Amino acid sequence: MNGLQTVKFYQTGTFTVGNRLLAPEERSVQANMQRTNSINSGHRACQGCGEALGARYAIDAAMNATDRQLIAANATGCLEVFSTPYPETSWQIPWIHSLFGNTAAVATGISAAIKVKRQKGQGGDVRVVAQGGDGGTTDIGFGCLSGMFERNDDVLYICYDNGGYMNTGVQRSSATPPAARTATTMPLGPEPGNPFGQGKFVPAIAMAHEIPYVATATVADLRDLEYKVAKAMGMRGARYIHILVPCPLGWGTASHDTIRMARLAKETGIFPVFEAEHGEVKSVLAIRRPLPVEEYLRPQKRYAHLFGKNPAVETIAHIQALADKNIRKYRLQARQEGH
Amino acid sequence: MLKQCEGSHAVAEAVALCRPEVICAYPISPQTHIVEGLGEMVKSGDLRDCEFINVESEFAAMSVAIGSSAAGARSYTATASQGLLFMVEAVYNASGLGLPIVMTVANRAIGAPINIWNDHSDSLSQRDCGWIQLFAETNQEALDLHIQAFKLAEELSLPVMVCMDGFILTHAYERVDIPTQEQVDAFLPPYEPRQVLDPAEPVSIGAMVGPEAFMEVRYLAHAKQMQALERIPQLAEEFHKVFGRTTGGLIHTYRADDAETMVIAMGSVLGTIKDTVDEMRAAGHKIGVLGITSFRPFPLTEVAAALKHCKRFLVLEKSLAVGIGGIVATNVRMAVTGMGLKGYTVVAGLGGRAITVKSLTTLFEKAGRDDLELLTFLDLDWKVVNRQLERERQTRRSGPAAESMLRDVGTVASKIA
Amino acid sequence: MDKPFAITLNPGSSLANRTGSWRTFRPEYVDRLPPCNATCPAGENIQGWLFHAESGDYETAWRSLTENNPLPAIMGRVCYHPCEGACNRQHIDSAVGINSVERFLGDEAIKHGWQFAPAAAASGKRVLVIGSGPAGLSAAYHLTRRGHKAVIYEAAPLAGGMMRFGIPKYRLPREVLDAEIQRLLDFGVELQLRTKVTNVAEAMQDGFDAVFLGVGAHIAKRAYIPAGDASKVLDAVAVLRGMEGEAAPMLGRKVVVYGGGNTAIDVARTAKRLGAEEAIIVYRRTREKMPAHDFEVEDALQEGISIKWLSTIKEAGESDIMVEKMALDDKGFPQPTGEFERIEADSVVLALGQDTDLSLLENVPGLVVKDGMIEVDGDMMTGQPGVFAGGDMAGNERTVTVAVGHGKKAARAIDAWLRGEQCAPAAKNELATFERMNPWYYSDAPKTVRPVLDIIRRQSTFEEVLGGLDEGNALFEARRCMSCGNCFECDNCYGVCPDNAVIKLGPGKGFEFNLDYCKGCGICATECPCGAIRMVAEEN
Repeated sequence: MNGLQTVKFYQTGTFTVGNRLLAPEERSVQANMQRTNSINSGHRACQGCGEALGARYAIDAAMNATDRQLIAANATGCLEVFSTPYPETSWQIPWIHSLFGNTAAVATGISAAIKVKRQKGQGGDVRVVAQGGDGGTTDIGFGCLSGMFERNDDVLYICYDNGGYMNTGVQRSSATPPAARTATTMPLGPEPGNPFGQGKFVPAIAMAHEIPYVATATVADLRDLEYKVAKAMGMRGARYIHILVPCPLGWGTASHDTIRMARLAKETGIFPVFEAEHGEVKSVLAIRRPLPVEEYLRPQKRYAHLFGKNPAVETIAHIQALADKNIRKYRLQARQEGH
Repeated sequence: MLKQCEGSHAVAEAVALCRPEVICAYPISPQTHIVEGLGEMVKSGDLRDCEFINVESEFAAMSVAIGSSAAGARSYTATASQGLLFMVEAVYNASGLGLPIVMTVANRAIGAPINIWNDHSDSLSQRDCGWIQLFAETNQEALDLHIQAFKLAEELSLPVMVCMDGFILTHAYERVDIPTQEQVDAFLPPYEPRQVLDPAEPVSIGAMVGPEAFMEVRYLAHAKQMQALERIPQLAEEFHKVFGRTTGGLIHTYRADDAETMVIAMGSVLGTIKDTVDEMRAAGHKIGVLGITSFRPFPLTEVAAALKHCKRFLVLEKSLAVGIGGIVATNVRMAVTGMGLKGYTVVAGLGGRAITVKSLTTLFEKAGRDDLELLTFLDLDWKVVNRQLERERQTRRSGPAAESMLRDVGTVASKIA
Repeated sequence: MDKPFAITLNPGSSLANRTGSWRTFRPEYVDRLPPCNATCPAGENIQGWLFHAESGDYETAWRSLTENNPLPAIMGRVCYHPCEGACNRQHIDSAVGINSVERFLGDEAIKHGWQFAPAAAASGKRVLVIGSGPAGLSAAYHLTRRGHKAVIYEAAPLAGGMMRFGIPKYRLPREVLDAEIQRLLDFGVELQLRTKVTNVAEAMQDGFDAVFLGVGAHIAKRAYIPAGDASKVLDAVAVLRGMEGEAAPMLGRKVVVYGGGNTAIDVARTAKRLGAEEAIIVYRRTREKMPAHDFEVEDALQEGISIKWLSTIKEAGESDIMVEKMALDDKGFPQPTGEFERIEADSVVLALGQDTDLSLLENVPGLVVKDGMIEVDGDMMTGQPGVFAGGDMAGNERTVTVAVGHGKKAARAIDAWLRGEQCAPAAKNELATFERMNPWYYSDAPKTVRPVLDIIRRQSTFEEVLGGLDEGNALFEARRCMSCGNCFECDNCYGVCPDNAVIKLGPGKGFEFNLDYCKGCGICATECPCGAIRMVAEEN
């Protein structure tokens, strides 16, 4: 239902994780008492980690969509480090970590092996998910990612985007937004923070490969995220989902504000939430409660230099212009909610 | 079946007979004909139940193989030179994860300056990567070693690199005996992975290991290679039983019985060396040959035993440990520690420089007289080198050395023969 | 499988790592007091019964509602619903139509003949309830629930008190009133009509262990207006009571109502329905100062009633009255201006408030009467032990809802008193303010508009003006409830925990925190739509 209220008015509709007023089959995977908890308790993610949450949302949804016939390949990064420090792993699914930059290729290999095994009648229809952070996806893993896309290998690649190299102490990546402070883009000099005019939006690049499916999502819209993962798992070929996962450590936000920050990113237009098939945008998750970008920026310490005694009015306006551009480009304008 | 064919083709046939399930290919000379041959067989349907994947880089090639091997598929790739270096991170990872991938390295020099011709710099740069490295002397051996490599790799859960000299073997047409599928099937059982990604029995592969267990993990990798030292000769025996010929093993010697001088080498150059030795033996020189097939694990005991009765040894190697000398020689010296032997290191054939019987004869005679520097660069053009060194002494900005020297030599292309 | 040492690990083994030790704050589930409940004079658990209505289980919803209020069909019509004024939903779109859902449930109960569940085992105690208005009926109901025999003495020939003799039919159809009273009688409440108590002390001799007084306020207040002999000056109580008699009161073509309360509005609207061409309300202050509810004023204006603000009646003649213009002074009090005006009027109805007839209490010692009302303590007990009072006779706020609340409160106190105990007031939860909620999660849903009777019919008949909800929009309206401060099992906490540290216990059972793994990030509390989780600092 793509987050829209296509059901008859149901109090919180599909905005909440569950809803006792909905039929069980209409509820989210996360509402299910039998959800797989693909990444289990005891992992060492920071308090309020958006990536731990996003990974469970996505992988549980993929497990649900594939009848638990799923293998995951994982890039080096926070998710890998906090989930599998010897002697404990949090994963409850077959999972492999190889390197930082090769996850898409490893997944291709797994997918190829499964295909051959099936041909030989030696295995079932096991599906493959590759996952990594923005560094492992948009930077170091980009070559392998593009290769996997271009060959249209049967892999769903999920990028958990928190806008930087958080595992190594919050350095800039090509997904770090403009003006954000990182350890390598300090708020110093004439253009404090990460420069404008740099960085890349990999979902758009993925679309340029004309692969069957590209989508963005955030941890603030669970039903939309689950819908997209399930849809992706219902398709063959290369698929890409880019999930915004706020990082309390790197963004300088309260641990309890993780979902709120993701929601603000979407509602301000900073992060467009949409899906595309074969290179064409098919639907967007419209803004529900439009807000100025300042609402999103102000709670984050990585933007603290924009505020204070002498607010960087022009910089904020520049960021607002980027959000407005997203709103125009992806047609994110708020529309009347159905029931 | 006897067949006159190119070395690359022979290897492709051998790999196909091993029933690979995933083949990743990224082209680099002189490896290309191998993967082209395999690609053709998959496309034509001659090689069934196999995925042939054209990847975007060698790094991806090894990474795909890591994925497919971890998912239980017999996985193969081939590379050379820069390609091997580009995949290094994944090369280490494959062995660290204990994945029995087999890879052909069509040995080629490493740039800069870029050079497509043969030497062993590429494989030997990876001597500590945890892979088993087997060097083929002939095309027949290259073919056979691939069949043994899959069995060895899968038994030990370790990746194996089969090294064959680029162009000299890969592009040479020779008569080879291509085994039947029945023979290969009798020798090589289906792949039973030690660990596998399987929803029925989930595991996490590739954990982060800290100081509390990392040394042990590394030691276990070493211990596995020590097991390979035992297993490699046994496999050669088993291979002999099925295929009727002797191939592989750790080392092999030639006319070594009463040799006072032993020449040690790896790969195809052993053929030229043997011809030279035959001539010198005819002239009364007590000279023999030690060929090393298994460079990793390095057979210290066997090498020491082979050199037990000689007076001196000469390691002729197609590699250079810049700043010290030989790579193979250093390993051999470790094997003969305390034996009181004279040892000479000869660096030869870098970047495809021809190694001639004439040069070898002169070299070995000098060695027999103990009239040789400890480190020799065979057929080095000292005039060119000295002129460049002089130039650099005089002018700080003397320009790129390779181009300057090429001008001195008076050629714009590299000299092969 | 023969797993490689250290680099390959068994699934889910991280459970050995108890990340709960990282925590500095601990989440706790709480029930907060929803503003509707906090405001309801009848003490209804509105959020509680809406919870059942939301899932379409109207009978359970009705049973939950009637734990506090036995008259939902009545209250769903006549209550001025302060709950809706307090409703947090108004910060999003508009308040939940609680009153309309209550009426829907009440009507459903009548339609389906739902009865109250049998009362507790008989205590053997008998309580006299004087008056069958809302306070008396409520007290009798709650006493019966607690196993006591409640006997109502009612002076009038019909039960209901002011609900019957004060509220016009177009607001409260009598079949609704009768149905809800009958259900109470079926439940075991004993009703003796035409039984006027003139002496409480004597009446108690009839074997009663306690008494509840709910006689109401029936005596119309009068104002001195010089009036000619031929003038027709009536009071509102008489007019409205007269509507229940054989013949409707004769008010004439032009009717002036004097006063600014809801009763004034009721009389004016009644006059209009009786055929008056003009019904004019004369009130000495401004609309803003008028005690009548604004929506009642609006309804009256729609029906063609006119209102003269800032006016007092100086004298009444045969066919007209003299009105003096008033002006508000600095303090907002009306002051005469000396400007006069004559208005045609066939009759003048005084709607200036009511007093209680306290004559029946003369022989009861210890009672304190102040400003015409009987004084009661926090337990609704008068100065005389065992004598309790409520409703219009014991409070300034004279509404059916307040009376029902009084009756319930008194019944609880009487029950305690009969057992020789003190009635311990239930501890009140912290208020579920809007700031504690996360309203983003609630779907957009403006209030359902109830059908309103056609204006022509409103001016000429006593048909009920405001329609009820049908099942579809009652469900819709119930589901607009945000369940402020009380878990409604939306699964958000269960879903949003990055550490899987919320245990879902199953439908109706709620959730628990798994403190072995909860790191205390607080996302659950922030993302709880209704504010039913709080974070508490760990001790060390």
